[in-house]
Amino acid sequence: MSNVDIRQAVNEELNNIAPEVDMASVDPAADLREVMDIDSMDFLNFITAIHHRLGIDIPEIDYPKLVTLAGTVAYLEAKLASAKA
Amino acid sequence: MVEFRMPSLGPDMEAGKLVEWLVKPGDWVKRGDVIAVVDTQKGAIEVETYQAGQIEQILVELDSKVPVGTPLALIRTEGETKPAAPPPKAAAAAPPPPSPAAAPSIAPMARAPMRPPAAPIAAAPPGVKPLPQASPAARRLAQEHAIDLATVMGSGPAGSITYADVERQLGKAAAPPERKRAPSLDLNAMRMAIAAAMARSKREIPHYYLEHQIDVTPCERWLTQKNQTRSPDDRLLFAALAIKSVALASRRFPAFNGFYRDNRFEPAQAVHIGVAIAIRGGGLTAPALHDADQLSLDDLMSQLRDLVSRTRAGRIRSSEMSDPTITVSNLGERGVEALYGVIYPPQVAIVGVGKSVLRPWVVDGAVGPRSIVTLTLSGDHRVSDGHVGALFLAEIGNLLQEPEKL
Repeated sequence: MSNVDIRQAVNEELNNIAPEVDMASVDPAADLREVMDIDSMDFLNFITAIHHRLGIDIPEIDYPKLVTLAGTVAYLEAKLASAKA
Repeated sequence: MVEFRMPSLGPDMEAGKLVEWLVKPGDWVKRGDVIAVVDTQKGAIEVETYQAGQIEQILVELDSKVPVGTPLALIRTEGETKPAAPPPKAAAAAPPPPSPAAAPSIAPMARAPMRPPAAPIAAAPPGVKPLPQASPAARRLAQEHAIDLATVMGSGPAGSITYADVERQLGKAAAPPERKRAPSLDLNAMRMAIAAAMARSKREIPHYYLEHQIDVTPCERWLTQKNQTRSPDDRLLFAALAIKSVALASRRFPAFNGFYRDNRFEPAQAVHIGVAIAIRGGGLTAPALHDADQLSLDDLMSQLRDLVSRTRAGRIRSSEMSDPTITVSNLGERGVEALYGVIYPPQVAIVGVGKSVLRPWVVDGAVGPRSIVTLTLSGDHRVSDGHVGALFLAEIGNLLQEPEKL
């Protein structure tokens, strides 16, 4: 899976939770919970959706790495790369 | 014969608009089946039947706005025999038989002539099973694009069709943002409903307010350990612990669990926690998590996830709107340390859950960092006093010290 595909998956799953948000306008470095008004239930649903879609296990201890859009994509890229290795 | 009536979905609801029938005459229904969709100020509500049986007659036509209590359909209960000779087809246009109990409250609209359900249900040939369940948003989208719902594969609970399913059918990867929110949610109407209920509350209920700081470190440690080995599908949130502890405490302190009506307090037999859920883009509603005191934490969490998802998608059920016995509101995630809620009448209490903050705290004579949450109680002075309110909050705090026992 390419980085573009991961980014698209993240954008789509976040958009499923916050459909009114234009993902193109989200600052990659901004706190997703704040800019997208995401609460812990939304975030858990996002993690669940990514888990099912990409087959990546995301333990709770790693949640701080998924605070921003850029951080989330980077984390998933690294996880997928390590899974392939 | 039993009348299926327009339900009351809140103290300020006077009428609702019937927007969809999910059954047609002759269909068999069981208790808990969603059989109609009603548009209210709080959005489209899926209305369940409390009576099992066979749909005898549809009494109210689609898009009719009728008062609460109006008979919408007749259900022949199991064991009842059908009339020897079925009424001729023309009888379907006759007014419904008079109902002494409901007659005084039925407005002219409610006496609209009966007619079979509108398409697409009415278009189904006899013997064909009813169309699969679909969310109001999905139905509307399908209707707008002339999509036959029978051809759409549902991915929602029990195979129900979601907005996304219809989108997929349309071959649309993404709809314009302004059309993605469930179109049935009229946020202006919801704001008016909130205003009416809260104004009534402030007018009628003599509130008192208490706050209590609770060390939730045991909860956080327990959750971390519990979730470590769980898939995201099965993980628990602190909200589930808070709701369960409020539910258990409500059972022990019945003065906070029930309704104040007709100048007297009616304690509720069951504990149905109203969960305050923010609607994206504004608005708030508090549907019930039924029998929360009886649920295991896993079941409670699962039902909470379902309730939040459906509420935000505009798919609340009538039973969830009509009978919460006490409300829990959690604004901690938004950085709020303490919130003092307005009681939702006819309830008599609301518990607020604030943000978990790391504080220096004395435990066993030594100061250390602990996670502290401020719990608040808004109570109805007509029913309880601050003393018992303090005991109630303390009980919630005590329960949260041993999350493994919840």
